Amino acid sequence: MPQAGDLVGGPGEPTVTSPVVIVGASLAASRCAAALRRGGLDGAITIINAEAHLPYDRPPLSKQFLSGEWDADRLSLLKPEQLTEFELDWRMQTAATALDVDTRTVSLDDGTTVQGDHVVIATGAAPRRLPGTEALAGVHVLRTLGDSAGLRRELAERPHASVVVVGAGFIGAEVAATAATAGHRVTIIEAAAVPMERGLGAQMGAFCGSLHADHGVDLRLSTGVTGVRSDADGRIAAVELSDGTELAADVLVVGIGVVPTTAWLDGSGLTLDDGVVCNAHCEAAPGIYAAGDVARWPNERFGELMRVEHWDNAVEQGIHVAKRILGEATEPFTPVPWFWSDQYEHKIQLAGRPKAGDLVEIVTGSMEERRFAAIYGDGERLTGVFGLNRPRHVMQYRRKLAEGATWTEAIRFAEEARSGN
Amino acid sequence: MAFKVVVNFDLCESNAICMDVAPELFEVRDDDFLYVLQETPADDLREKAEAAADRCPKQAISLEDLASPQ
Repeated sequence: MPQAGDLVGGPGEPTVTSPVVIVGASLAASRCAAALRRGGLDGAITIINAEAHLPYDRPPLSKQFLSGEWDADRLSLLKPEQLTEFELDWRMQTAATALDVDTRTVSLDDGTTVQGDHVVIATGAAPRRLPGTEALAGVHVLRTLGDSAGLRRELAERPHASVVVVGAGFIGAEVAATAATAGHRVTIIEAAAVPMERGLGAQMGAFCGSLHADHGVDLRLSTGVTGVRSDADGRIAAVELSDGTELAADVLVVGIGVVPTTAWLDGSGLTLDDGVVCNAHCEAAPGIYAAGDVARWPNERFGELMRVEHWDNAVEQGIHVAKRILGEATEPFTPVPWFWSDQYEHKIQLAGRPKAGDLVEIVTGSMEERRFAAIYGDGERLTGVFGLNRPRHVMQYRRKLAEGATWTEAIRFAEEARSGN
Repeated sequence: MAFKVVVNFDLCESNAICMDVAPELFEVRDDDFLYVLQETPADDLREKAEAAADRCPKQAISLEDLASPQ
């Protein structure tokens, strides 16, 4: 009988027969399963899917799907022919409740268990809610297709609604942009003095905040929500703010971050600390891996324990874990983080890991023309690149980041590009 | 099997991640439009082309198998 990880098949066509269980059914899970099959995994792949939908793409949930431009069938992450070809064993509307690390056995909420030679934890994260609003109608978070469909319906039913968005992060900013473009009156409430300062730095964070004013969206910084008022029907009516004012709200959207979905792993023996803590290869224990929003691992490129909530990270990490299972990935997982956000007519992109206080220099275009790229540096190294409607430049500097370029090299590259060499 | 790189330009938003993954196949030029450099690449570029398709944020890239010329 073949043992776990045995390679069978002829030379050049390795086949791994080990069964794999993937817990979670979003982007990291889909890309991991696809990479396992393409890499020759012949054993069963069981996907534990807490939702009623096959894997779907989340970025359009705050944009094209929310606006009504796209329908749900546009969101599928696996094409019909891939669903057939990959022969995945789906456990739909079933959540994992526990993991036995030693036997790699996952307990499910329907009372059954699934055992694998490899278990991939890809349970993602869940949105934080605003305390005291859980039971109110008209209050939304945005994570799932159901969340987006509910918000889409309410916005469509209430033309020119007063929409209050709590949190000026990417979800909040994208929802605000979509709602404002649809003609709603939008106010964003942000507790910090600068939006997205941790990811973008003070200068670019403030710049992104300024884009809202271009489109008539009222961004209120350094302002907290101290309470909410509901009407007789139990629906949101207004929010009370830390400056003592009250703001009418037909719809309230809460975008104040997410918490990794790890409660089901309590008591498993895995290290849980703002995610499933892994080694540099995304392994949490022998035969147990984590990928996507739930995974925290030491990214050796940055010497930092990281948990990355970006779309691209879920793709790369899912594929890395698949290669690890197949015995192909021998190098640690050391990506340069990258994300994009589409707001209004703008494409915002950031690559790298800039820190507060890093130098920022615009290398092409200008803020005024709403089209530019800026690089970040810590005095020695290039640490990041920010682009507004400059995808080509962001990718060029992302490559420089991957090469470990110094600040001097990056500036020289920018000067050469400007002089056309 | 030989394959063809197909880009749905109605979906493409020139994020340029494909250019980073497979510079032999994709280039976003200064006009910010994506250009496919090789529509029917050699088979040894298939893995890179698949990676570019997987990592396209707009899912605008697909690969079509072509019947081998006999």
